[in-house]
Amino acid sequence: MAERPEDLNLPNAVITRIIKEALPDGVNISKEARSAISRAASVFVLYATSCANNFAMKGKRKTLNASDVLSAMEEMEFQRFVTPLKEALEAYRREQKGKKEASEQKKKDKDKKADSEEQDKSREEDDEDEERLDEEEQNEEEELDN
Amino acid sequence: MADVAVGKDKCGEQRLVSLPLSRIRVIMKSSPEVSSINQEALVLTAKATELFVQYLATCSYRHGNGKAKKALTYSDLASTAEDSETLQFLADILPKKILASKYLKMLKEKREEEEEENDDESDIGEVLA
Repeated sequence: MAERPEDLNLPNAVITRIIKEALPDGVNISKEARSAISRAASVFVLYATSCANNFAMKGKRKTLNASDVLSAMEEMEFQRFVTPLKEALEAYRREQKGKKEASEQKKKDKDKKADSEEQDKSREEDDEDEERLDEEEQNEEEELDN
Repeated sequence: MADVAVGKDKCGEQRLVSLPLSRIRVIMKSSPEVSSINQEALVLTAKATELFVQYLATCSYRHGNGKAKKALTYSDLASTAEDSETLQFLADILPKKILASKYLKMLKEKREEEEEENDDESDIGEVLA
């Protein structure tokens, strides 16, 4: 494995924030406790991944998906997480849908703009042709005068 | 980091997930049997980890006397891991701390037990022979 030991750890700042938000105000967390929780979180990820992978293999799939993770939570006796996770999944899917529609809309606008630019360009060319014709006519008139 | 959090708004609204997805992915991929991970699975694992941190912290804080404590310490965590069925998987990485003298005493006692057993066996050997 090419990972260095620190890569398997989660950032201290984020872990600390999550802990502080979960505990009542003013409660201190010893450095040792914080470090222990961080390690526990990494172990949790490994355990959850392994569990979820079992479900994927049962389903003869090579890619872990959302339902594998949810099944893993139940298996690990973390049923309490299932509902908030399902809500998070819904929110994530809505957001992805929104992003997709936004980028499709942008693409449509871009295409529309390109089309109208082409129309403007051909109109300009027509104008230029007309100007030239006018000039030529003027020149002819001048010549005649001369 | 490119994929720090899902749902990060420019107006700074609450993110869906605070833990960095790239790091979560590294940990997940370090598991030998895993081939690939769908983006939704990654997001859910990150979110589950956050829920887990909250759960471990509050559980450990409340563990024991139920009185309002000023601080969360390592021994709170170790006790919780030992006593909770759900958190058994953490028992090895959050061992309870004991005094070195006590540990040495335990080792000595264990060695003495093993020596006694060996003596018994050799006695039996002699009888059979």
